[in-house]
Amino acid sequence: MDLHGLQERALAELQACRDEAALHAWNGRYLGKSGELTLALKRIGELPPAERPAYGQKVNQIKQTLLAAAEQQERAIREAELTRSLTAEALDVTLPGRPVQRGRLHVATQVMRRIIAIFADLGFQVYRSREVEDDLTNFELLNMPPHHPARDMWDTFHTTTPGVLLRTHTSPGQIHVMRELCPEPIRVILPGMCYRYEQITTRSEIMFQQVEGLAIGTDITMTDLKGVIQAFAQRLFGEDRTVRIRSSYFPFTEPSIEVDMDCIVCGGKGCSLCKGTGWLEIMGAGMVHPVVLQHGGYDPTRYSGFAFGMGPQRITMLLYGLKDIRQFWANDLRFLEQF
Amino acid sequence: MKVPLRWLSDYVEIPIPAAKLVERLTLAGLEVAGVRLVGVPAPEGLVVRDDAPRPVWDRDKVLIAEVLEVKKHPDADRLLLVTVNYGKQPHQMVTGATNLKVGDKGQKVVVALSGAVLLDGYANPPVLKQLKPTKIRGILSDAMVCSARELGISDEHEGIIILENDAPVGMPLVDFMGDIVLDIDVLPNMARCLSLIGVAREVAALTGGTLKAPPTRSFAVSTEPFAEVAIEDPRLCPRYSATLIRNVAIGPSPGWMQRRLTLAGMRPINNVVDITNYVMLEWGQPLHAFDHDLLVQRASKGKPRIEVRPARAGEKLVTLDGQTRQLTPEHLVIADTRGPIALAGVMGGADTEVTASTRNVLLEAASFDFVSIRRTARAFDLPSEASLRFSRGVHPDLVSSAALRAAELFAQLAGGQVVGSVESYPAPLPPQVVTLPLSEIRRSLGIELPVVEVKRILHALEFTVEEAGSGSLRVTTPPHRLDIQHGVADLIEELVRIHGYDQLPATLLREQLPRQRTNWPLVLEERVRDILATCGLQEVMNYSLTTVEREAPLVGPGVEYVRLANPVTVERSVMRRSVLASVLESAASNLRHVQGLRLFEIGFVYLPRAGEKLPEEPRRLAIVMTGPRQPEFWDSPTKPPLLDFFDLKGVVEALLAELHVPSAEFRPAQATWLHPGRSAEVRITDDLIGCFGQLHPGLNEHFGLGRRDVLVAEFDLELLLAKVPRRHAIQPIPEFPPIRQDIAVVLDEAVPAARVEAEIRAGGGELLRDVKLFDVYRGPNLPEGKKSLAFALTFQALDRTLTDKDAAKVQQKIVGRLERLLGARLRA
Repeated sequence: MDLHGLQERALAELQACRDEAALHAWNGRYLGKSGELTLALKRIGELPPAERPAYGQKVNQIKQTLLAAAEQQERAIREAELTRSLTAEALDVTLPGRPVQRGRLHVATQVMRRIIAIFADLGFQVYRSREVEDDLTNFELLNMPPHHPARDMWDTFHTTTPGVLLRTHTSPGQIHVMRELCPEPIRVILPGMCYRYEQITTRSEIMFQQVEGLAIGTDITMTDLKGVIQAFAQRLFGEDRTVRIRSSYFPFTEPSIEVDMDCIVCGGKGCSLCKGTGWLEIMGAGMVHPVVLQHGGYDPTRYSGFAFGMGPQRITMLLYGLKDIRQFWANDLRFLEQF
Repeated sequence: MKVPLRWLSDYVEIPIPAAKLVERLTLAGLEVAGVRLVGVPAPEGLVVRDDAPRPVWDRDKVLIAEVLEVKKHPDADRLLLVTVNYGKQPHQMVTGATNLKVGDKGQKVVVALSGAVLLDGYANPPVLKQLKPTKIRGILSDAMVCSARELGISDEHEGIIILENDAPVGMPLVDFMGDIVLDIDVLPNMARCLSLIGVAREVAALTGGTLKAPPTRSFAVSTEPFAEVAIEDPRLCPRYSATLIRNVAIGPSPGWMQRRLTLAGMRPINNVVDITNYVMLEWGQPLHAFDHDLLVQRASKGKPRIEVRPARAGEKLVTLDGQTRQLTPEHLVIADTRGPIALAGVMGGADTEVTASTRNVLLEAASFDFVSIRRTARAFDLPSEASLRFSRGVHPDLVSSAALRAAELFAQLAGGQVVGSVESYPAPLPPQVVTLPLSEIRRSLGIELPVVEVKRILHALEFTVEEAGSGSLRVTTPPHRLDIQHGVADLIEELVRIHGYDQLPATLLREQLPRQRTNWPLVLEERVRDILATCGLQEVMNYSLTTVEREAPLVGPGVEYVRLANPVTVERSVMRRSVLASVLESAASNLRHVQGLRLFEIGFVYLPRAGEKLPEEPRRLAIVMTGPRQPEFWDSPTKPPLLDFFDLKGVVEALLAELHVPSAEFRPAQATWLHPGRSAEVRITDDLIGCFGQLHPGLNEHFGLGRRDVLVAEFDLELLLAKVPRRHAIQPIPEFPPIRQDIAVVLDEAVPAARVEAEIRAGGGELLRDVKLFDVYRGPNLPEGKKSLAFALTFQALDRTLTDKDAAKVQQKIVGRLERLLGARLRA
């Protein structure tokens, strides 16, 4: 009996098995009930007794070898089959993914939240007040009696009820919050919608948001105002921003200032965004006028305060390089979906 | 206010470069909004925002010349040959100038030599063009005499520019009249700077210089009774003066004056008008000239009596522009005994205006109540340089300076003889005195300003300063300012403005942090926004202004609106009462380019209240959804399913659940704007929070939505947020396994699913942890009018593992309840 030859042949055939069926057949051929090796073992009785132990041992050895080899081959075949089937399942990974229904906040809400968050860190809380106002609160109590020349600075929507108008700025909120909180110190921002009688163009709107800030206390100064505005500009526009202050005029602040920030595009060298000046106007501000403090219930000889006001739409336009203010309320999804 | 620097330097030395001057003025509150270069190259660092092309007058090629000879062009009727001298050999050129004629000689003109770059006088819009030698009708011309337009000074192109007789021949034009004009935005509290002298005073204060106001000599006063002046109400007209100048020769004003007026933005007319305008620009005091002879005529050869008074009802005046103005007592007029002769401070009357034949001029210098002038200028829509100044306030003190200065110019430039003035100034304005405690400066600005600096600045602005003891100064306002109304605060602004805001350090607040309060309405509103965005909805924000018609189907007829008295467009003429109408507007405009959308808006509505002047402004939430349920994808079915009622209800349920609002109830809605069978109202503890469902198909057209099904919702956000608990309990995660059993019951079509679920819960007690409807079936296996509802029931105990037996017992109880109360039977 050429046991060695049997093993060589069986191993060679095993190597040739490419799938589970072939492996199964091979198993039957050699290890099955009437397999060659099984039969070889059965023929042990034909041998002289002295040769039997060695023969039996040899056959068993071969059986172990074949079993181990078969197991290895089976693993290899399974792996190959898996690889084959996975390869067959391959996708075109460049096809687009299944779209998710995405929602988002209006860009005005997004920017307003950023502004509110920055001022919240500085201790300013949000106070909101009405949009349909009376002339008294929108103008008179803010130191603009009827026919005051400064009223020309705000083109006003009047309603058909005499003395009732759409607020032209968030400043009437100053009166509301002072009267509500007096004599406590105040540190609030007043965000909200304002209205002006304007032609709607790429640069002017009849409706826009403002964020006004108001701080009142017994130790509030112009240098604090400068510090707060600078902190704000650096948080929103970048830590290396610098601000400059120009003298200006608002009836409800004295002194009044206008705040410019070095241009976010050119850093001050002059470009088309800043129209060559190197500066971008970001807000108007000033120390609360003594008359306004008085109207709010605060004694101007003891209390002082500052106020500032900015336009989030303008700030958004600066942040994103937008050129057309009308896009904000047009609600074109092709615009809104980009934020 | 346009300020030519050459003119400005008559009154103050400008020791700093133009770019620096622009910066200093801007920071001090005189914002330079524009700069115009006149013949000069742009100085270093100066930002010139000027869209028009401006020629630079080449020093060697644009020169002052004298006309030596003017001859006819041999081959062209309209052309002339002009020979000029500009310091070298005589030079001949061809010109079409209409203000030269054959035989002219001696005029001072501007000659441009070949190579000079000037504006093409015929191009529109103007472009720069280099001058080249050309043959014009056979004659070589390598130079030209220039018009104001070619030089970039004004649009004047009728003839060439003729300079004054003493213009130096051969001088480069740029040295003679090259200029920089600053366009300054003058704020309401800086009205005193609507004058060259006002700006010069600021420059002096900012640069440490001295103001050189033009001398105003007084003149011998004649006793001739040429007019009488009466003021009816000194509050409306504090001061009025009338000066008579006789034998004025009307003619053009000198070149330098015309040039200055032109650069300052005014058109030269004749010497009388030009002098009044020139003095107005110089001092800020508007003037008006009457023809004295016409006034005498109107007074029947007697002495004219000039009155300043409100117009009487029914009076009329034909103003200089030929318009007949109907007057009321609202309007302040200058009148004589025959009636109004001028709209005070706004515009003169045609009957007494100065004409080419005027010999004797009565010059008015007056100050008026700014409110009255504003009203009149507005009422007649007559903004002018004069009314602009008067309506911002002109100090009465300026009347005499301006009248004297104008009279002197009349004598100098129009050959007039100043006869004298009559004046009424019943209650001279007392100088304003302010006590300034130095400690107030630190309290407002946050810095100590040395008293030396305080005094320096106030002196520079012509305030008088005295020590007032105990750390205070007594400050007297100079007699040209009306803006120091609130004393200390105004003075502090002057101090910091001139001292320089760049000198201030930046500090953060030292003041104690005020009491902090949570703004719940805002917190919850933002929470709603986040929830809806998470649900896949896009936020929109719309105008609060709309039309009654647009909203009518949603808000019903006959409701009150906040209406605008002066809308910019009828499309935006009332304050909205519906946020949903706004969102539908957004939907309609977007549906032109998208298949579907899911939008929401949170905003105010404006509801007039009976007996209240101001409306209520509650918040509303509106949702609009339409289109495919899934975004389009490459393996989607060709006809993807569309959003329906239950997609919207899912969003509403998600919102309520995320807000932890307990026990919301859905019932069929009654709203006329909703599909009667596919709409629901939401009630929380019986309060109606809002409605949602499919927009009534009959309204699709009204809102421009085509034929699609549109799902809409509107909620009263105030009511909804009032139902949101400040805190809610968190359930423990159960430790013991649940048992799920499904039951299907058959019952009448009319029984709402919510009712069935409620009874299941009631029957299930605390072991029933969850109920989910998972199938609704109607069909041939069921009797007519019946439906089958299948529920998945989850049983679970917090303290033990339930057995199937436990669950079966509870289920039996549930089924029994459904059979008894709802007539249901268990489906096999």
